[in-house]
Amino acid sequence: METAIIIGNLTKKFGDVVAVDDFSLTIDPGAFLTLLGPSGCGKTTLLRCIAGLEDPDGGQIYIGDRLVFSHARGISLSPGHRDLGLVFQNYALWPHMTVYKNMTFALEVQKLSKAEMDKRVKDSLAEVQMEGYEDRYPREMSGGQQQRIALARMLAYRPKVFLMDEPLSNLDARLRMDMRGELKHLHHIAKATTVYVTHDQVEALTMSSAIAVMKEGVLQQLGTPDEVYHYPANLFVADFIGNPKVNLLDGIAKAGNRVEIGRFAISTNTDNASGPVVVAIRPEDITISTVPVPDALECIAYSVLPSGADTTIVAKVGRVEITVTEPGTSKVAIDDQLWLQFDSDGINLYSKDSGNLIPNQ
Amino acid sequence: MTGWTDSSKTDLPAPATLPADGMAAMAAPPVVPMPPALRFVASARRFFRWLTRTEVILSLIMLFLMFYMIIIPLYRMVMTTVTWQPRDVLSVPSAEVGGLTLYHYVRMLTGALSRIYMFTPLQHSMVIATGATFLSLLIGGSLAWLVIRTDMPGRKLVNQLALIPYIMPSWTLAQAWLVFFKNRLSGGTPGVFEYLVGKSPPNWLAYGPVPIMICSALHYYTFFFLFVSAALMSIDSNLEEAGELAGATRRRILRKITFPLVLPAILSGVIMTFSKVMGTFGGPNILGTPVRYYVVATMIRGSIGVGDKADAFVLAIVLILFSLIIINLNQKLVGTRKSYETIGGRGFVAQVSKLGNLKRVFLVCVIIFQILVIVVPLGLLVWSSLMLQDGNYSLSNLSLQHWIGPRGTIYNHGEPGVLLNPKIWRTAWNSIRLALSTAFFTAIFGIFIGYAVVKGRGTRLSKLVEQLAFIPYVIPGIAFGAVYIAMFVKPLGPIPALYGTFMLLVVVSVADKIPYSSRSGVSAMMQVGRELEEAAQISGASVLRRFRAIIFPLTSAGFVSGFLLTFITVMRELSLIILLVTPDTQVLASQTMFYIENGDGQMANIVILILISIVAVGNLIISRFRGGSLKKGLGM
Ligand SMILES: Nc1ncnc2c1ncn2[C@@H]1O[C@H](COP(=O)(O)OP(=O)(O)OP(=O)(O)O)[C@@H](O)[C@H]1O
Ligand SMILES: [Mg+2]
Repeated sequence: METAIIIGNLTKKFGDVVAVDDFSLTIDPGAFLTLLGPSGCGKTTLLRCIAGLEDPDGGQIYIGDRLVFSHARGISLSPGHRDLGLVFQNYALWPHMTVYKNMTFALEVQKLSKAEMDKRVKDSLAEVQMEGYEDRYPREMSGGQQQRIALARMLAYRPKVFLMDEPLSNLDARLRMDMRGELKHLHHIAKATTVYVTHDQVEALTMSSAIAVMKEGVLQQLGTPDEVYHYPANLFVADFIGNPKVNLLDGIAKAGNRVEIGRFAISTNTDNASGPVVVAIRPEDITISTVPVPDALECIAYSVLPSGADTTIVAKVGRVEITVTEPGTSKVAIDDQLWLQFDSDGINLYSKDSGNLIPNQ
Repeated sequence: MTGWTDSSKTDLPAPATLPADGMAAMAAPPVVPMPPALRFVASARRFFRWLTRTEVILSLIMLFLMFYMIIIPLYRMVMTTVTWQPRDVLSVPSAEVGGLTLYHYVRMLTGALSRIYMFTPLQHSMVIATGATFLSLLIGGSLAWLVIRTDMPGRKLVNQLALIPYIMPSWTLAQAWLVFFKNRLSGGTPGVFEYLVGKSPPNWLAYGPVPIMICSALHYYTFFFLFVSAALMSIDSNLEEAGELAGATRRRILRKITFPLVLPAILSGVIMTFSKVMGTFGGPNILGTPVRYYVVATMIRGSIGVGDKADAFVLAIVLILFSLIIINLNQKLVGTRKSYETIGGRGFVAQVSKLGNLKRVFLVCVIIFQILVIVVPLGLLVWSSLMLQDGNYSLSNLSLQHWIGPRGTIYNHGEPGVLLNPKIWRTAWNSIRLALSTAFFTAIFGIFIGYAVVKGRGTRLSKLVEQLAFIPYVIPGIAFGAVYIAMFVKPLGPIPALYGTFMLLVVVSVADKIPYSSRSGVSAMMQVGRELEEAAQISGASVLRRFRAIIFPLTSAGFVSGFLLTFITVMRELSLIILLVTPDTQVLASQTMFYIENGDGQMANIVILILISIVAVGNLIISRFRGGSLKKGLGM
């Protein structure tokens, strides 16, 4: 019942712009895959290619065991036959139809009975907690409500695949949190393979079973949220994921798992690196001490940014800035002298030349 | 729409599992080389898929139609001017009918007749167009400023009334002018002026460039009024306030901020008015022809009348070239495109100038103006139509003879009163029929072109459709009519000879409106956006269903306005069809002209009044529908 999506060598060009570049990706049945990347990296285009709204310039797409697109064989199944639902970034609710009409439009096309349609509408509205809104017009609802109706519209016709294009981007922070929970729950109930587009990394990390990070149409990394967060495949991913941002420091790898950063040396778990590298360490993998400790980097607190649950401290050594987060409220004050200890489990080394992760053997 | 269901599992790659080390799974499925036959099948399928896309099909259909309605007529017209015509044999015995020649151009541009046939009329047209444009700008611009940017009382009402001259045929004023100012030169009866003052007005006041200019301006100022008021409305007063805060004087703000923002609107008004006046026939025919003051439009009509088609077409081509030059100049000045894209009023709260004590003065001026342009002309037409004998202003001369008089009197060549004349009823029905069917087809064209252009945005096909649709914009009305004569006299491919048929009038009217319909179609489709249709597409709805359930309902508001506008403009269109009507396909507008030329000016006045009433009623009915408004129809 659950459907895999396999994308092979997909390419989509708009004139000179290559929006999706030789893109291959396998999405497991029932997965919640998030396409993550900066604005303009081709997420929407990829989603539209899967939906059949764009005609790619190369490659192939399977949905389940059906070849829905193949450039080489000249095949392209029309969007209506791909058995998928799409939630558009701007909802795309039909403004001249009531919620009920919006939801039953696709069902009428499928020629369902009136009783069945009523039941589907009722169930789907209940799933998004919008019971009783059948007779409203889209303009009579708030953004968040329209959002949920857009979801319900997709749920009502029960596609095998859910495609969602930044469905939460227009909501305020609170509603977005609520909706994340609901979406995840809906995915759990419906068990439909889901491709979710966002450029919000927190959304990606909290909701997905897998994340595909894109840059300029090219897949950078595919992995579980944990992998993408803790073992970014290259400097782009490392830099893109995480807030506050990862610390990237130039260093020279020496024998014995040592890396020299200027006059300071740290030990890492990577034993096959040598020469110039980039050391990446997340702010939470650094511990702060206000008294001198051995093997620690001495620096000065440049600014302190409490945010309730934790505190971000920017420390400076010379002109180098290092960001550190501490749980709770920190006692550090600006201009305090600090000693930083780097947790070797949290350190990733990247080749200075290619920017790729140096794997740990 | 069309797709292939292909569920063969042959080249399904094994689902890859997520790699444990977190590196990207970028191993592509192996590329299997394809035999050439299959490759051919694949590209044939791709081509077929492209060809069956809705926007491509619609683009091709529209291209085909526009090819027939615009390109071929233009081509035929040019060909006529560069080949020997049968009647040339009379003047040039060596002429070989059908052979290529520049004879007509040489004759019209350098020959002894060139001054009479070409340069003098051209000069007249230019003088009138320039003068009328300038006057229109003055009137329309000031009215717009008063209505939008001052605290003059009664602005809402003025805003409505200012558009009325647009609804009336452009030559209504010319005819009213004649009733008032005519001297003994035409018809030998005195005008109202002579009756009141006791002196016959001089020729320059009664006929020729001055009255033509004034009458045209009093009709075409509506363009400037619409464009400039929309532009003024769209100016964010923050911009001006920012200037004020920066310490600029009012005049400086006006010059540096307001004026540049309004300039595109003014320039689009300029091209529109200039090319319309250049191609307009009614006014110059009524006020110019009696004193042999010919303009290009009346000259074209004259040449066609005496069978000199080639000469008429040379004139038409010159007219088209002039329009092109004007538009190009304008685009150089304001940058491409902006010129004819009007600026949508977003309704910022505009800064209002306080008129203080002058408030009342301005109001009185505006009221007098409105009375002069609307009430007086209509009153004159009514009065004139009630006079048994033209020019006899005594009360005892009042009669309904011209309205409901019996047949066979000494008046009007024995024709019965207009309201009892079955011919007029047929003519009125023709007008309504023409206006309604043109409005209908124009709406369809608009939505199809809009769909084709917006959906295919960025493709060459879409650009081609858009450019082709723009061409009629540069063809002045009378020239367009001339073009159509060239084409449909003989059968052309699958199309029968349309000359003399009602169909031809519909075709030319629709063709003439293509630029406007495509513009409003494109903007309507842009507003709908692609997602709404795509959402239906994903639901599995067919093209027909998508059009019926999504696209038509969502664009209907724009439709109604467009429909209204087309209805009005076609009802009062004269220049375009004057060359194409026959006694059977006569419409009210052309009927007035024939009455005037026949010396039955009073009958003409009644027909004008009937025409205006029908337009007014149509306006009233259509604007009851959702979204119907003249302003919206004009793209404001
Ligand atoms: N219809 C189009 N015509 C031309 N270029 C396009 C079109 N659609 C997208 N592009 C280009 O393709 C690239 C990818 O666009 P896409 O919309 O897929 O980005 P995105 O990742 O969804 O960005 P965002 O996060 O801002 O939504 C961009 O450079 C964009 O300018
Ligand atoms: Mg996007």
